Amino acid sequence: MRETVLKVENVTMQFGGVIAVDNMNLVVKKGEIVSMIGPNGAGKTTAFNVITGVYPPTNGAVYFNGEKIVENHPQGKMKKLYKGENNGQYSHVLAPTPDRITKLGIARTFQNIRLFKSQTVFENILIAEHLRRTSNLFSATFHLNGAEEAQMRSEADELLHILELDDVRDEMATSLPYGKQRRVEVARALATKPSLLLLDEPAAGMNPQETDELTAFIGRIRDDFNLTIFMIEHHMDLVMEISDRIYVLDFGKTIAEGIPEEIQNNPRVIEAYLGGAVDE
Amino acid sequence: MKKKKELVISLVLIAVLIGILRLMEINISPQSKWAMLMTVLKKGSIYALVAVSMNLLNGFTGLFSLGQAGFMMIGAYTYAIFTIPADQREMVYMYYNGGIVKFAIPAICGVLLAGVFAAFFAFLIGIPVLRLKSDYLAIATLGFAEIMRALFQWDTLGPLTNGSNMLRSYPTPASASVIYPFVVSGVCIAVIVLMINSTYGRAFKAIRDDEIAAEAMGINLAHHKRIAFTVSSFFAGISGALLAMFQTNVQAKSFNSAMTYEILLIVVIGGIGSVTGSVISSFLFIACSEWLLRFLDEQHVIGEFTVPLMRSGFRKVVFSIIIMVIVLFFRQGIMGTREFSISGILNKISGRSRKAQKGEPK
Repeated sequence: MRETVLKVENVTMQFGGVIAVDNMNLVVKKGEIVSMIGPNGAGKTTAFNVITGVYPPTNGAVYFNGEKIVENHPQGKMKKLYKGENNGQYSHVLAPTPDRITKLGIARTFQNIRLFKSQTVFENILIAEHLRRTSNLFSATFHLNGAEEAQMRSEADELLHILELDDVRDEMATSLPYGKQRRVEVARALATKPSLLLLDEPAAGMNPQETDELTAFIGRIRDDFNLTIFMIEHHMDLVMEISDRIYVLDFGKTIAEGIPEEIQNNPRVIEAYLGGAVDE
Repeated sequence: MKKKKELVISLVLIAVLIGILRLMEINISPQSKWAMLMTVLKKGSIYALVAVSMNLLNGFTGLFSLGQAGFMMIGAYTYAIFTIPADQREMVYMYYNGGIVKFAIPAICGVLLAGVFAAFFAFLIGIPVLRLKSDYLAIATLGFAEIMRALFQWDTLGPLTNGSNMLRSYPTPASASVIYPFVVSGVCIAVIVLMINSTYGRAFKAIRDDEIAAEAMGINLAHHKRIAFTVSSFFAGISGALLAMFQTNVQAKSFNSAMTYEILLIVVIGGIGSVTGSVISSFLFIACSEWLLRFLDEQHVIGEFTVPLMRSGFRKVVFSIIIMVIVLFFRQGIMGTREFSISGILNKISGRSRKAQKGEPK
């Protein structure tokens, strides 16, 4: 039995009167590649944002490596407005900022690529090394941390080498072709040395060839970096090929869960994707 | 090896610069028409420091703050209050029985203390204000600067700030010699540059480029914004102290929002995100406003013909037009985000491509 890396427990996210994520429960185990699929507006990115601390859930908790990292319950105006389940089950508030969550070992990429646009590929990676600094403002300013600085640079270079991005090291990050930019974004996330990597639609806007390359790439980094990967994706080829398990979301609710074959034949999933009733 | 060579060249150039400044100082008499040049150099170096400190916030961290004049004022007052010689206090604080501060500290300690006080205020103000973004931050910091200005003129604080009367009679080394403001500003700007090139500087630039991504990379936004704001204000405070020396008297009403806009203009003209751009443009700006465009304010008569429009105040019209042209056609400013460096010029001369050595460990 593999140990659980990420556990989302009874998470509900309600914006005003709209429930974006409704009582989500999911588990990601060590070394797995788990995908989350669902039509547009199903609440997939919202779930990611809850896990990474962009906003606290309205109700529910998130565990990482067995430790509770996020917890919340309806407060203030939400007390009256709350329409979800499990009200009253949680009483603590634990809402760390995204940088805290990254330090714990959860890294993410974004649906619309968010590279640091005025900087080169190398500098983009180097920024991720900042979170492991031991130098303070004074020693860093007066460059008394030479050894650490050198280590940061060599680690960034090493990462670029492993991910075969050496050739674009000094290019401006945003001048690269789309597929390469995705790779740089993944590389930047890896530079924070995560144990869990969240990919938000990594194949969005890619052509079939780039998608194939990405499929191989994701599989490879999982093995090379000893990662657990949780991703949102729309490209079914990619999802079916590399996922160990799949969660299907529709209107905030988890409607199906299982290995790719089960999902492909699940009538509720087909209904959600194609619409209308399914004739048996 | 290369680094050593660069360092030696830089040191030689700095020594040459100081030598030239010293020679100019000896040879230019206060009566000559070049005397204005010395004023421009003094004031320009002071404005260069505050412009670079503003650039650290606006250009490198992406925090659009307009509180610079307020922090300069805190610096200027701190310096003046603590360095007025004890025997002069009775005269300066004549309406407040000699004030409450009865001692004086050496000038250089006063300069440092000016920075520390400005940084301390920035830290306090930063707690609520740095939650705001873009325009809202600008409005809040501008408001703070105006409140501080009013507060310093408040009669009740008179024993400390001398109310709306001016503070004077404190030591003014920056007014006596042009080398003093050059050295102090130079050292401070060097520290800012070192900081921008450190891992913290990279984090600032990441915040400027994309806050959400920066946070996802493990950069604590609140912490780093506070550092940038506090450090920027520290140096604004120091430049305020230098300005107090240069002006030989301090009055709160001169640190108005127009001053902040002047500094902002310098930053924009020089290029948001370029330290050398800010330095160059502050000298240009001060030279234009204090010296080169002065002739526009005088009436000129050529033979029988009186040149129209040339009268007092016309300088400001021309100046505004220049600024509009820059903002419309040279939006990047003089330098954009590039930097002017000795090694860059050396490379150009020796014909090596810059690409080959960019990003190499320094």
